[in-house]
Amino acid sequence: MKKWIVLIVMALLPVAGFANEEGVELESANIDLSDNAAIQRGAKYFTNYCMGCHSAKYVRYKLMEKVGLTESMIKDNLIFDGSKVGGLMKIAMPSEYAAGSFGAPAPDLTLEARRRGSDWVYSYLKSFYTDPSRPTGVNNKVFHNVGMPNILWELEGIKDPVYKYEVKEGTETVAEFDSEAEAEQMVKDKGEGFHVEKVVSGFSKRSQGKLSDEEFDGVVRDITTYLTYIAEPVRLEREHMGVWVLLFLVVFTILAYLMKKEWWKDVH
Amino acid sequence: MSSEGVDLKKRRFLTTATAVVGAVGAGFVAVPFIKNWNPSERAKAAGAPEEADISALEPGGLLRVKWRGKVCWVVHRTEQNLKDLPTLDDMLSDPTSEVPNQPEYCKNPTRSIKPEYLVAIGICTHLGCSPTYRPDIAPADLGDYWKGGFFCPCHGSRFDLAARVFKGSPAPTNLHIPPHKYLSDDVILIGVDPEGKA
Amino acid sequence: MSLMSWIDERFPATKVWNEHLAQYYAPKNFNSWYFFGSLAMLVLVNQILTGVWLAMAYKPDANLAFASVEYIMRDMDYGWLIRYMHSTGASAFFIVVYLHMFRGLMYGSYRKPRELLWIIGLVIYLAMMATAFFGYLLPWGQMSYWGAQVIVNLFSAVPFIGDDLSLWIRGDYVISDATLNRFFALHFLLPFILAALVFIHIVALHKVGSNNPDGIEIKKGPKGNRWSDTAPADGIPFHPYYSVKDIFGVGMFLIFFAAVIFFIPDMHGLFLEAPNFEPANPLKTPPHIAPVWYFTPFYAMLRAVPPMFNSQFPGVIVMFASILIMFFLPWLDRSPVKSIRYKGPLFKIALAIFAVTFIVLAYLGMHPATPTKTMLARIFTGVYFAFFLLMPLYSKIDKTKPVPERVTK
Repeated sequence: MKKWIVLIVMALLPVAGFANEEGVELESANIDLSDNAAIQRGAKYFTNYCMGCHSAKYVRYKLMEKVGLTESMIKDNLIFDGSKVGGLMKIAMPSEYAAGSFGAPAPDLTLEARRRGSDWVYSYLKSFYTDPSRPTGVNNKVFHNVGMPNILWELEGIKDPVYKYEVKEGTETVAEFDSEAEAEQMVKDKGEGFHVEKVVSGFSKRSQGKLSDEEFDGVVRDITTYLTYIAEPVRLEREHMGVWVLLFLVVFTILAYLMKKEWWKDVH
Repeated sequence: MSSEGVDLKKRRFLTTATAVVGAVGAGFVAVPFIKNWNPSERAKAAGAPEEADISALEPGGLLRVKWRGKVCWVVHRTEQNLKDLPTLDDMLSDPTSEVPNQPEYCKNPTRSIKPEYLVAIGICTHLGCSPTYRPDIAPADLGDYWKGGFFCPCHGSRFDLAARVFKGSPAPTNLHIPPHKYLSDDVILIGVDPEGKA
Repeated sequence: MSLMSWIDERFPATKVWNEHLAQYYAPKNFNSWYFFGSLAMLVLVNQILTGVWLAMAYKPDANLAFASVEYIMRDMDYGWLIRYMHSTGASAFFIVVYLHMFRGLMYGSYRKPRELLWIIGLVIYLAMMATAFFGYLLPWGQMSYWGAQVIVNLFSAVPFIGDDLSLWIRGDYVISDATLNRFFALHFLLPFILAALVFIHIVALHKVGSNNPDGIEIKKGPKGNRWSDTAPADGIPFHPYYSVKDIFGVGMFLIFFAAVIFFIPDMHGLFLEAPNFEPANPLKTPPHIAPVWYFTPFYAMLRAVPPMFNSQFPGVIVMFASILIMFFLPWLDRSPVKSIRYKGPLFKIALAIFAVTFIVLAYLGMHPATPTKTMLARIFTGVYFAFFLLMPLYSKIDKTKPVPERVTK
């Protein structure tokens, strides 16, 4: 009984500590789903960089035929484990192993862009920074204390965090400082009820990777485009079809209206 | 409330037009429901052509490959087997493969593309059992005339090494030969004709 | 017509056709609010049809359910369309039915002699809610799982038998494969019971006749019109006049329905919630659990009540009471007139406040509770019940306008 009360109360109360899941500002991914080349490039990055740990197990490799790849291109460029072109994008890494090395099993990414949004995916991949306290050596501004290492660091380079110090009264931010000392001073002056919170406000590049910043943004955008595409491959087709369905229904409804009006001449 | 000024012609036209457009709409709605029953991508992927690697298949050996849920045999026939085939013709129901149980390019004495390799679907044309491969010559249970072939354990149908049925078997026709092609000397792709698609 | 008479000797086809369509005389002054009854039937048909098709590929198994939905969405021809028709249809059903019920509130369609009609309607509404609740578990996403977990746990708040009751409903100590399987069976069964209830609803309707925006009993008025000498003067044959009108209503509805299906099937997380794109994980509670939008007014009332005596039960009682109280509506309204057109300012204001209350509660139920929101939820819960409980008073002292003899245009 007590367990259930706890559970209900937990569900009923606002849950603190997950604020980062909603609270962080996201950068617009600015993707174009009709850009087949971007989806193709994204597929290549995904299979090269992500599929070491993440599956997309509801997606068939064959799907890429819909964005212009041929069977042999798919086989040669995207499949590294001997899967069939019609096969699902599963991975061999057992989830227990992943759980052991990264704290949690790497989630399947088929629906990630629909689960969290394209902007989230884009911002997340660009928000890794060095944090020696983490086992992976990195942390993430969008997904705090994430278990995943910065898999793209060779391309991006290494970023250190830039902090700001927010003075809070309860949960409300009342002031922001670049230096910790100033913030602490303010809390001292204000007294009871105020505290300082250290927040990542930006990044400073420690070293440049293989790519320039613009090129790296392009890579991340391609991955985001690909993930958005596989989350709902039918999206463009559905919208295209929707236009015709609506046109048809408008014609039907106008006819139905005229018919109704004609018959109702009896009544009026 | 009067019937004056009612244009019956217009009324009939609008009613018919709405009914026709509505019926067309209902037809459109039926399409996704009907197409939904087609083989899905999963079924198509499972039914995709299947590769058979025959590089390690010794003469006299048999390789089993699953294609569309059916067992397919690839048999590497020996020189002797090939010599034996024509000698059996008199005992067979359809020695020249008149019944179209094989692609056109396999309607030949060996029922194959390359004489040494037989590719056949291992399902008896009688009631769907899978016959056993019996390469042994003249075994006690099958008789002196046996030059190697397939014997169905269910009802005793007999087939030679070109998967042709012997007279007196319950099976009415020769075994089926699936469409297939050679990707290389070592790899056969089952499920696709040599030119074009399955 | 010898075929027709052959049939009529064996089955009352012509008789039924006439009684319920061609010679069923409905008031001639229906407005657009009267579309929603036939639309609700249309959506029910849509749900049953798409639902049966989905059931052909869906797997009610905790290990397979989520993947089977993705299989429908990706691997089957037009599976995505059928699934979106079903998920959008669920929300559309509630929208249409809420508007249908609000129509009843406005024009007094629950008043004598339509008390039973109203009550049957509420039973339909309850069956709908049960169907929707069972159905929401089936995709086996995070929201499906935790939503069901929370709702089933409400039953454990029942004194004495609560724990056993919720255990019995789940068939396990948590929501599990056993729960999923039985919910699927019930989700498949209930729509047919729903269809039977709709049939009874219409039988009751055709016994007493339709109400109308004026709240006038056309059967008690003068007789005789151009179709019949004995029919009510203000009645017109349902077929063809309301059948053609309803076809137009169907067209209008389908435009909105298709727009959602083809352009915004998620409805920004209202119809398909983002956490439900993640498979159910019994070890990980999502940060914020909320039921689907159509349940949130009641969920807000549940949350508004603070636990008493270490128990959530009072909240559960309030939630169920908020639905049960609607059953008493026919006897709470003491106004001498039926329709809002002739009711006084008190009732009009009360109904407007009630509509706003319902929407505000729906909003509050969707969002995590904060102290302010909880306070608001308490106030609006009070308003919700006040609308019903004070009705005998304000409807009686309200200044009404005289009701005309005949229906107005």
